[in-house]
Amino acid sequence: MANHSSSTSHSRFLQHHFVDAEQQFDAAKMGMWIFLVTEILFFGGLFAAYIVYRMLYPELFSMAAEELNVLWGTVNTVVLIGSSLTVAMAIKSAQKNQVKNIAINLGITLLLACIFMVIKYFEWEHKFHLGIFPGEAYSFEGIDHPKASIFFSLYYLMTGLHGIHVLIGMGLMIWLLKRSLQGDFNSEYYTPVEITGLYWHLVDIIWIFLYPLFYLIH
Amino acid sequence: METAEASSNLKKIQVQRFKPESDPDETYLTEETGIWSWLTTVDHKKIGIMYLASITFFFFIGGLMALLLRTELWTPAKTFIEANTYNQLFTLHGSIMIFLFLVPSVPAALGNFILPMQLGAKDVAFPRLNLLSYYLYLAGAGIAVFAILNGGIDTGWTFYTPYSTSTGGAVTTMTFGVFVIGFSSILTGVNFITTIHKMRAPGLTWDKLPLFCWGLYATSIIQILATPVLAITLALVAMERILGIGIFDPALGGDPVLYQHFFWFYSHPAVYIMIVPGFGVVSEVITTFSRKHIFGYWAIALSSLAIAFIGFLVWGHHMFVSGQAALASMVFSFLTFLVGIPTGIKMFNWTATLYKGSIDLKSPLLYIFGFFFLFLVGGLTGIVLASIALDVHLHDTYYVVAHFHFVMVGGMVMAFLAGLHYWWPKITGKMYNEILAKIACAIIFIGFNVTFLPQFVMGSQGMPRRYFNYIEQFQPFHQVSTIGSYILGFGFVMVFYYLVKSIFRGEKAPANPWGSRSLEWQVASPPPLHNFHHTPVIVNGPYDYHKPMDEFQLGLAESGNGHGHESDAELHTDGKSIEAE
Repeated sequence: MANHSSSTSHSRFLQHHFVDAEQQFDAAKMGMWIFLVTEILFFGGLFAAYIVYRMLYPELFSMAAEELNVLWGTVNTVVLIGSSLTVAMAIKSAQKNQVKNIAINLGITLLLACIFMVIKYFEWEHKFHLGIFPGEAYSFEGIDHPKASIFFSLYYLMTGLHGIHVLIGMGLMIWLLKRSLQGDFNSEYYTPVEITGLYWHLVDIIWIFLYPLFYLIH
Repeated sequence: METAEASSNLKKIQVQRFKPESDPDETYLTEETGIWSWLTTVDHKKIGIMYLASITFFFFIGGLMALLLRTELWTPAKTFIEANTYNQLFTLHGSIMIFLFLVPSVPAALGNFILPMQLGAKDVAFPRLNLLSYYLYLAGAGIAVFAILNGGIDTGWTFYTPYSTSTGGAVTTMTFGVFVIGFSSILTGVNFITTIHKMRAPGLTWDKLPLFCWGLYATSIIQILATPVLAITLALVAMERILGIGIFDPALGGDPVLYQHFFWFYSHPAVYIMIVPGFGVVSEVITTFSRKHIFGYWAIALSSLAIAFIGFLVWGHHMFVSGQAALASMVFSFLTFLVGIPTGIKMFNWTATLYKGSIDLKSPLLYIFGFFFLFLVGGLTGIVLASIALDVHLHDTYYVVAHFHFVMVGGMVMAFLAGLHYWWPKITGKMYNEILAKIACAIIFIGFNVTFLPQFVMGSQGMPRRYFNYIEQFQPFHQVSTIGSYILGFGFVMVFYYLVKSIFRGEKAPANPWGSRSLEWQVASPPPLHNFHHTPVIVNGPYDYHKPMDEFQLGLAESGNGHGHESDAELHTDGKSIEAE
């Protein structure tokens, strides 16, 4: 249990109010898990909206989903799952004290995240070109349904919010990469890598739900 | 889990008694002084005080608006402000009181200060996150003020669509402000749950956790589960206004009732965010001033969690007249009645705690007695409102207004004041004027009842809430209510006066003026910078008043690294060796 007094741990990253590095690591990890719960609830609102409107307009959803490009959606899914693997490998490298591999794996993760965002950009770009905008600006004529815009509103909201999370994750990866190149991380201390990894897996899991719900329903 | 490990792993450790200093030279207030040290502090105590100052400020702003509203209602037609201004004022009164005062009041202000001390920790688990949470609160408040000055909002604090998506004014900015404040609230919740799990002192098992911590634990669970839903809901309202996404707009295929579901999924649990920490305060104060073990420790602890749980299943009772399915209304009505059970369990256990206690009627306890009466009325009228047939008549009337003010002001503000008076000597190291405190409590109690009891009568006779004009038959009720609000306002100003005065002129407070057994009272007042100079060891529960004080002031005898399994029981300084877990 938690207590005080001078610690035997020598990590320079140990904060004063923790007894030892183990307590600090456990607390950070638990805090991140709780934060991820809030993230799920945050996305949960949008998933609830999706459920409601899909039940109201089932035929619209299957028609509109044809406008989405299954190939690129699948590629993005593979890219994101791959990045989850590399971030897990970064953590494993840290545990095994393979300091150089931490940076390499983080670098690959960052690269895959970039690829994901670039593909996403071209997908959105293409839709804007067709006049598929969210909400009132929607001007696409290809879907014969009076409420067609609601599907794409949800599509933009959910993939957009997910995209924001990917961007935040990329920012974190850059920060981790910088720190790992400074040699901050080793088997004694890798808390930021571990908890960013947790966050990154969540971003991945949300995409794993978004992908079938939007791309694979027709 | 620690507890499991502990029970199988009883080790003798050396402890010694640490008597708190009576007049400490170095406290958290004297070390690290200067404005910059406050603004950049990661000390939970200073952050708690900054929260306290901020919520006090916003409480008086919100209160001033309430007085303006009540004054306007003196006559049936216009008294002195325009109808549109009136709409903006009640919106702001509600938003400020809820988001800027009630939600952070006990958890972020008192909880921040007291929780780590009750756990025997040096700080919360994430001190920097704690400071960030405070600045997010300020930023959100700043954005809200900006929204008020740039167009204002007249939607009511509930931001119901389609009105909120079509009215003018600064609704988008305001929702963004609330979004930011919500994020602050989430961070506090994350921080507290982790702190309670990971930062407890040796020997502080779950069954010895003070009930205030249990209250904060339940509150934090609600905060992390409900607030994100509010965040996404308000983000959707903002997107609706900016892009016209149509999620809540029937013309584009959306559903405005979905907004109400989303909103109340947060906002009903949010009323428990506001009241459950108050329950924690009640348990602490009542045991301290009746010198008696709490009656039904587990019943009280778990009923907080039960309220948190059931609180998530009752949001539909706000929508009995919104066109929700009849079956859904019946289920929600039934589930709402269930909330009365854990709440009733608490009330009975508190009363049983008082029974045959040696009651010392100091001002904190007096506020708690006020809480009992007012909260009982508030709770029972809640049951009335949960009855579908009655609610159809009472919905959106002053009866509802009176009900939630009895719960929120009569319940939560009274509990907050009780907690503030109770911990004031610990926070500031000064004693306030006890006689003035008792008089103020009486004035607030009277003023409150004069303000809100007539509103029950008006409401049951059909006076709708939020209306600028009313028919003349309600005028006497409105006038009594307005007079009551002045008395109430005077009471709050009085509290402010004698508390602030005590900082400058008050007597020095002893370490433990109330003779409490709880851990936060076993250090000097005000506490040292890192709370404890030693590692506290907990042997007895926080309410074991039948045991001598010297069993409550124990700490590790010498500075090992604090791990129980590394120290062995051998010789010790004052002849005491204990089985610690």
